Amino acid sequence: MDIDLSFVWAGIIAFAVLAYVVLDGFDLGIGIVFPFFRKRRDRDVMTNSIAPVWDGNETWLVLGGGGLMAVFPLAYAIIMPALYMPIILMLVSLIFRGVAFEFRWRTHHESHLWDFGFWIGSSVAALMQGISLGALVQGVAVQGRQYAGGWWDWLTPFSILTGIAVLVGYALLGVTWLNLKTSGEIQSRSAKLARPLSVALLALIGAVSLWTPFINEIYFERWFGWPTAFFSSFVPLLLALCAFALWHGLTHGKHLQPFLSALGLFVLSFAGLGISFYPYMIPGVLTIKDAAAPESSLKFLLVGAAVLIPMILTYTAYAYWVFRGKVDPHEGYH
Amino acid sequence: MTFLGLEAEMLARLQFAFTVSFHFLFPAFSIGTASYLAVLNALWLWKRDQAYLKLFEYWKTIFAVTFAMGVVSGIVMSYQFGTNWSAFSDKAGPVIGPLMGYEVLTAFFLEAGFLGIALFGRKRVGDTAHMVAVAMVAIGTLISATWITAANSWMHTPAGFSIDANGVFVPEDWWRIIFNPSFPYRMTHTVMAAFLTTAFAVGAVGAWHLLKDRTNHQARIMFSMAMWMAAIVTPIQIFVGDLHGLNTLKHQPAKIAAMEGHYETHKDGAPLVLFGIPDDEAETTRYAVEVPKLGSLILTHELNGEIKGLKEWPRDQRPPALMPFITFRIMVGLGFLMLGVGLWSLWARWKGNLYDTPWLHRVAVAMGGSGFVAVLAGWYTTEVGRQPWTVYGQLRTAESLSPVSAPAVGTSLLIFIAVYFVVFGVGVYYLLKLMRRPPTPLDTDRELDAGPIRTAGIMPGAAQDHPIGGRHGH
Repeated sequence: MDIDLSFVWAGIIAFAVLAYVVLDGFDLGIGIVFPFFRKRRDRDVMTNSIAPVWDGNETWLVLGGGGLMAVFPLAYAIIMPALYMPIILMLVSLIFRGVAFEFRWRTHHESHLWDFGFWIGSSVAALMQGISLGALVQGVAVQGRQYAGGWWDWLTPFSILTGIAVLVGYALLGVTWLNLKTSGEIQSRSAKLARPLSVALLALIGAVSLWTPFINEIYFERWFGWPTAFFSSFVPLLLALCAFALWHGLTHGKHLQPFLSALGLFVLSFAGLGISFYPYMIPGVLTIKDAAAPESSLKFLLVGAAVLIPMILTYTAYAYWVFRGKVDPHEGYH
Repeated sequence: MTFLGLEAEMLARLQFAFTVSFHFLFPAFSIGTASYLAVLNALWLWKRDQAYLKLFEYWKTIFAVTFAMGVVSGIVMSYQFGTNWSAFSDKAGPVIGPLMGYEVLTAFFLEAGFLGIALFGRKRVGDTAHMVAVAMVAIGTLISATWITAANSWMHTPAGFSIDANGVFVPEDWWRIIFNPSFPYRMTHTVMAAFLTTAFAVGAVGAWHLLKDRTNHQARIMFSMAMWMAAIVTPIQIFVGDLHGLNTLKHQPAKIAAMEGHYETHKDGAPLVLFGIPDDEAETTRYAVEVPKLGSLILTHELNGEIKGLKEWPRDQRPPALMPFITFRIMVGLGFLMLGVGLWSLWARWKGNLYDTPWLHRVAVAMGGSGFVAVLAGWYTTEVGRQPWTVYGQLRTAESLSPVSAPAVGTSLLIFIAVYFVVFGVGVYYLLKLMRRPPTPLDTDRELDAGPIRTAGIMPGAAQDHPIGGRHGH
């Protein structure tokens, strides 16, 4: 029973992180591509397309962090100090991004400053999330129940590569979201931007995927050892399928298909990571089972999560439905 | 290794104190404001008096800006436990974590999920669903306050746990963990403080506009509502505060000794030290101005009740006295000033000149920020008074620290200070700018009044969605 609960929770935390990545991914992506849209009116439409939902999207990040502390406190206690600077920089960036939503409406003269804050905040937050991921994949030094490395260990060529991959990936989510939610010039420019971003992202996914197995023999075994390789091979196959759907959607002027395909790329990359990590929380050092909180903690929160997460998904879906459809750029002019 | 002469522990404490202080200001205001919006909207639906709708629209913009700052500064908090206090997280995470997990699941998602509809979806979903959304946001803020004060209270008065071989707190009885001895008092005291903070901020805005134009109908309504809150809630808050103090005396007597500036134990009636400067080194409160026996009367409700002094505890188990001593006096002093304003407003109301007493309005304007100061002062009193422990009597602050070097903590502290002062300084400026607008007609031309359009119009009629104007370029 003990084992089951910790694995259930690993699944829930993974779900929260994935939900965060895909949901806030397109929010951050819109900030990342801000420089390609110069007109204030265009930027208004872009931020309006996510204004009703960004706050809810970001809450998944709080669930990821708070949930990790609740059910895998040891993993939380090791990972956070190991990723100290990237986490701090991500948090500070998210502050700029978050307040820019409101602040850019509060001023005429300084609105371009908050637009800049929106761009830099979104971009650095994305970069730091990717760097954190890469640093974790590379592994962290642990002694006893504590992180034992320095405060610059996270910065490596590999982590920079994953940082750029996430940055580009979010940008692609952002433009495919705009392709779905806007019309006219913004939509056509977004669709145009999506092509080079797609190519870049697929190249980066390829580079990260080829590099990863050589970082740690656990990963190598997982991807190239028999029989796990048989199951693992589904991931690249499905990735190729998504890539095709993405390209087909973009070249045939589809609205929804590119966005869904880009989401698919993220889900599959995430699944690939899961394959590499399992059954570890921190690769090679701490397993899911060893990181888990006492059973009484896992049970207590699980009762609530089982009831509340479906409710959350329901009213979140309702909020998306209320604000469905294309953003009308003339809304507000009457 | 040190950073600017400070050890990592002190830097981490400063950083947490800094980030949590800034963060606390926003929920302290948005908890009360969310409920105020729910009341205004309900009054509008009930009485169909346009004034309530105008006030709702007026305060919702202010709420939106405050809430955004609360969200972004709150995300920082959920990661600070791990970055700076990883040993605490490892050991106390199994108890504190699930409480905060419930806060996320029951409150944060609820607020975030309904916020967009509450702020900008009235026409889209209709009056009833909109009212539900507004109420959900308000309820969410209260649920959030409940969980986080439960977690904080447990750190002061831990209960319902055992400790395993690794020093990890293992939850044994969740009922006792949540309803730990100080929780009911702390939660009531904190939530009422949030309501008072909003009341005095709203009162100040109303008073400011009454000073400009005492016939302004909306300004009158908000000033009147705020002064009712001041008059009714302040006495209750003082009473609850007293109960909270008695509870602290029972469970954390060293904190009371620090707050009161007592180093010696008074067996037959302790004086009330009105002012003075506690000196931990010399173990005495200098320049003390005392009222004999009053300290015991307040704390034990007996003239000769015994109050323990700090010397009862070894030096390494005492909180520093100076800070709680001063902040406690600031909080109490402001509390009585609030009571004075409340009583004055009752008097003016009875005489029929609530809206025609400029001096009352000037004082109300001056008291606009009093709630924020009192909340922080009270917070410092209780948190510094908890030292040198994170989990009172169980886990020391020094043993809670992350294995992060002083330069890392110091650098991030400087980053936080720079960013917070710029971002939240500007945010407060924008808030004040919003509050300076007269709460008059629903103005469709004032571009800066409204927030982002949260509607993405496809439905017919959506164009009338925001009578106060989403954005109006012309």
